[in-house]
Amino acid sequence: MLTIDRATHDAIIAHARRDHPDEACGVVAGPAGSDRPARHVPMLNAAMSPTFYEFDSGDLLRLYREMDDNDEDPVVIYHSHTATEAYPSRTDVNLAGEPGAHYVLVSTRDGAHESGPVDFRSYRIVDGEVTEEEVRVVDRYDTAPITQQKAEH
Amino acid sequence: MAIEVRIPTILRTYTGGERVVDGAGSTVTEVIDQLETDHAGIKERLIENGEARRFVNIYVNDEDIRFTGNLQTPVADGDTVVILPAVAGGSADV
Repeated sequence: MLTIDRATHDAIIAHARRDHPDEACGVVAGPAGSDRPARHVPMLNAAMSPTFYEFDSGDLLRLYREMDDNDEDPVVIYHSHTATEAYPSRTDVNLAGEPGAHYVLVSTRDGAHESGPVDFRSYRIVDGEVTEEEVRVVDRYDTAPITQQKAEH
Repeated sequence: MAIEVRIPTILRTYTGGERVVDGAGSTVTEVIDQLETDHAGIKERLIENGEARRFVNIYVNDEDIRFTGNLQTPVADGDTVVILPAVAGGSADV
């Protein structure tokens, strides 16, 4: 199951709407081992395409260095599909390189980029196998210490 | 002083879980051949038909080797080689 705070959930949807009809992509980093998505990092889609996304290789290196320095994991890796459902494509499965991450897909098809609900679904992708999981959206993380909540806002 | 090679999570099955391993060689090709000697099976995940795989990024001292001579990029003692799988995908088949 993916547990994600509402502000981050909404920010991912806003990013997908903003970049429609191109695919939007990004990461939510979190403290290593916590499985808690805490720091939203919208990334540039270097492919600037409605059917493909790729992090720029320089951005990718900087992101991973930052996460290393902060002792963070890429807890969520997300992207949008803009004309198809929020389900991993064959390409998504073949290229999934983070077995520990929650792969979030949102779909802005059928006018969802302008109004109405946006499908927001989460998957584990390990060794070519896709497993959908429940998404629980919370107002905030119960277990977060007060000091950390302050730091996040 | 050795060459530091940073291994991404998905390839740590080849390195017994190690994030960083020692490398040796004067080009990226030689470093990868040495990696293969030490951690059999890893080369195939990095190289395809004699070229670096399209969706694997390799950096020498923070420079993507695509811009510095690909697998012929020179490497010296004290350098850092970083391997990162591309974060990519999308609705299209590639």
